[in-house]
Amino acid sequence: MIEVKDAVKRFLDTNVLDHVDLVIERGDKIALMGPNGAGKTTLVRSILGFYHLDSGKIEVEGYDPIKNRVKVLEKISFIPQTPPPIKLSLTELLEYVSKSTGTKEEDIKEEAKRMDLDISKNLAKPFFKLSGGMKQKLLIAIALAKRSDILIFDEPTANLDPKAREKFYHLLSELPQEVSTLFITHRIEEVEGLINRKIYMDLGKVVEDERL
Amino acid sequence: MKNLLLMAKLDIKESARSRWFFVYLLVFGGLMALFFITGITDSVVMGFTGLSRLLLVYMQVTIVILPIFILITTVKSISGDRESAILEYMLSFPVSLKDYYWGKMLGRFVIVFTPVFLALLMGVVYGVIKGGELPWKMLLVYSALLLSLCAVFLGIAFFISTLVKSHDVALGASFVVWITLLAFIDIALIGLMLQNRWDDNFIITLALLNPMEVFRVGAISLFDPELTVMGPVAYFLLDTFGHTLFLVYAVLYPIFLGAVFAFLGYYAFRKKDLL
Repeated sequence: MIEVKDAVKRFLDTNVLDHVDLVIERGDKIALMGPNGAGKTTLVRSILGFYHLDSGKIEVEGYDPIKNRVKVLEKISFIPQTPPPIKLSLTELLEYVSKSTGTKEEDIKEEAKRMDLDISKNLAKPFFKLSGGMKQKLLIAIALAKRSDILIFDEPTANLDPKAREKFYHLLSELPQEVSTLFITHRIEEVEGLINRKIYMDLGKVVEDERL
Repeated sequence: MKNLLLMAKLDIKESARSRWFFVYLLVFGGLMALFFITGITDSVVMGFTGLSRLLLVYMQVTIVILPIFILITTVKSISGDRESAILEYMLSFPVSLKDYYWGKMLGRFVIVFTPVFLALLMGVVYGVIKGGELPWKMLLVYSALLLSLCAVFLGIAFFISTLVKSHDVALGASFVVWITLLAFIDIALIGLMLQNRWDDNFIITLALLNPMEVFRVGAISLFDPELTVMGPVAYFLLDTFGHTLFLVYAVLYPIFLGAVFAFLGYYAFRKKDLL
């Protein structure tokens, strides 16, 4: 599904990804861990096509994330660690998601309800004016409604209260078996029940890859 | 194409709500209103009265403030989104970089051109109501000149925005571009000519390459190609190329230059790391 072959990404003469080899199969539920600066975010951003590798290659279902970014991103949902201060109103944001991905707005609203978020009262509000928790719930709802083959989460529960976290993990447990998930996380105990593989990175290398 | 228009539409909606657009509207709409109130249409300066005088003053002011407005509000378009991680999220959806970049540019073009064009129309309508004749030629040429001025500075702004990763550096670069181009309109060129250090042909080339000078000469030449405020370089340009040819150049050259910068910006956007 995702194949990373001998990937090298350099910033200011430092190999942030240092000859990384990794294969993510359909149905893999991965916790990607490691200290700050280990290369986790760089790896994810390279998979999403934000970074050009210095050498090596990445393929998502056979597609290069740089040359075929649309094909690759059709298969991936991404939730950043901190919701960005998007100035679009919720109506506009839903329109963007819906028209660019083919996701129905109703499905997003439905997923939001399952996260205990009623967005109907805030549709005219700019996204950045929502509370931190509401923003994160909406991003999660969008990611789930997109029905992607791969879900990538960068510390997705950082802004959620314990109840919302529970909800989120419950929704993830309902995902179809063939969907792959990749959590960048420092709190393995929180996602322990949701994963079947642990990958540990340090200094730009995969130093541990354990199937559970 | 569907996503390109979507990006343009969303950028227009987002910009139309922003504070900078409100100030932009206020400046250009307010300028025109100020001209009406202060009775510029009734004053006589250097033989020009009524609508012609109003439009001349409007274009003179536009030369100075429109470029800097476009630059400082547009350079943050991509560099600001990159810095605040908006770009990371928005580009995690299946939208091609082509649709994202050109859609943003199209939206921004509509948002910067519409107010200056409407202010121009407002002036013409006011002048006609006051009893003047509808200056068709002037309206058409000025609309085209405003369009090309918007195009060139949008192109430059998007180029800076994609190339520079920090919003502050992008703003600094915009000021440098604006001040440099502003310095090399006729006033500075006269100084260079007087010093006799540089070859006249070099100075004329500088003038022809500067989109602000080209706009200025094109705009003022509609009144009187021998107008003294134009300066010697402008006079030489009109005398050499002829009025019509120069007007065509004044409209097409900035559009061409803007397109070159826009394509260079797009190339950098595709070939460099997005974040």
